[in-house]
Amino acid sequence: MKEKAKILDKEAVGRALMRIAHEIVEKNKGTQNLCLVGIRNRGVYLAKRLSDCIKAIEGGSVLSGALDITLYRDDLALASGQPLVRKTEIGFDINNKIIILVDDVLYTGRTIRAALDALVDFGRPRSIQLAVLVDRGHRELPIRADYAGKNIPTAKNESIEVRLEEVDGVDEVAILEK
Amino acid sequence: MNWARKDLLGLEDLSKEELRLILSTAESFKEVSTREIKKVPALRGKTVVNLFYEPSTRTRVSFEVAAKRLSADVINIATETSSVKKGETLIDTGRNIQALKADIIVMRHNASGAADMLARHLDISVVNAGDGWHEHPTQALLDIFTLKEKLGKIEGLNVTIVGDIAHSRVARSNAWGLTKLGARVTFCAPKMLIPPEVEGMGVMVTDDIEGALRDADAVNVLRMQFERDGDTAFPKQLEYFKEFGITEERIKKAKKDIVVMHPGPINRGIEMSSQVADGANSVILEQVTNGIAVRMAVLFLVSQARDGS
Repeated sequence: MKEKAKILDKEAVGRALMRIAHEIVEKNKGTQNLCLVGIRNRGVYLAKRLSDCIKAIEGGSVLSGALDITLYRDDLALASGQPLVRKTEIGFDINNKIIILVDDVLYTGRTIRAALDALVDFGRPRSIQLAVLVDRGHRELPIRADYAGKNIPTAKNESIEVRLEEVDGVDEVAILEK
Repeated sequence: MNWARKDLLGLEDLSKEELRLILSTAESFKEVSTREIKKVPALRGKTVVNLFYEPSTRTRVSFEVAAKRLSADVINIATETSSVKKGETLIDTGRNIQALKADIIVMRHNASGAADMLARHLDISVVNAGDGWHEHPTQALLDIFTLKEKLGKIEGLNVTIVGDIAHSRVARSNAWGLTKLGARVTFCAPKMLIPPEVEGMGVMVTDDIEGALRDADAVNVLRMQFERDGDTAFPKQLEYFKEFGITEERIKKAKKDIVVMHPGPINRGIEMSSQVADGANSVILEQVTNGIAVRMAVLFLVSQARDGS
């Protein structure tokens, strides 16, 4: 895979997250009962940042957790590479909460399907909404994002790479080509 | 790190990286048992057969709970009530279970090497739940997991294993696993209960219990099985408790935070006093809880190795 173009730089990533935070607060009329759950790996860091942005806007802090969806994947029996099971850390009761599920890239929708199954094993949230930094299209399931940092139309032979300071040492989004 | 083995037969053959992968996977699985709905769909549609040629409650139940929390279907076969009584060989029994399209056999057997032999003859996964005096890998893994959780690391720790080393698969598996991960292991027992082959295992050997506890970060106390000795059992028990029993006085002379482990079931007043078993240093019940996470990790990894190959 070779890099075709940079789509977002550090500033653009920051602005996109701040806008999503504003939209979350606006749509839910504040932060009451609001919780963020990031999907491992990069969704967890994005959820933490969104939590900071919301705090900057509204003042109150919003709880955030981490969800590993490996055990809920629909391709566990088919996957050629071996999936690594990582920790799920949701340190709060999700019953009757408004859960904002956070991931870096929305593509086929299968990860989100798995995340929904995983989340309902923890309780019955009042609602679940989806926030992603990049929506690249090509859905295979009836799933959509409530908040998207950027819509990037892609070809199937391309891929989107979200790089974050916490994992990759830099904040940027690139499009790669086979 | 990729898990490529269809079976888990012992810790002697595993690499340091494989041991670490099992432990880190178990860390992730531990959370599942804290949920209100203690179940994940990872092994949905898979069948796990517990094939036990020796009586066992805690290991079998632990594997059963682990498999069920992964959503697998579990079948228990106790050989006293099966066609093994009619003379069926181990390999034939294994092939029949494979023909039933089971995915994993968890086996306890009184013959050392039984699990290896079964694994060689079958395509499905075999997990060794104890074979003779040879190995009991998941017990050692849960001991190591518990130690790591308590003390934060394994490398550099001094771990003393006390009791009937000669007849203990738990001691052997612990020694293999702990030394690979960089711990120093000391076997402490009466001389007649130390088998000659331990020399090649990279462990220290002593019959001085005070000395063996002095620098120990942890002591793993094995179950003594005097019940087999009939009439002479009682005086032997008293003698053993006096010489090697883990008592409060002995623990007080050891490191303040020494971790006290026991694979269960405990003989109170024989290898360990009740005060120690129920005391602040004891992690015996945490071992039981951690056993589920470790066995979930093992069942998951061997099933994925098969699917990935």
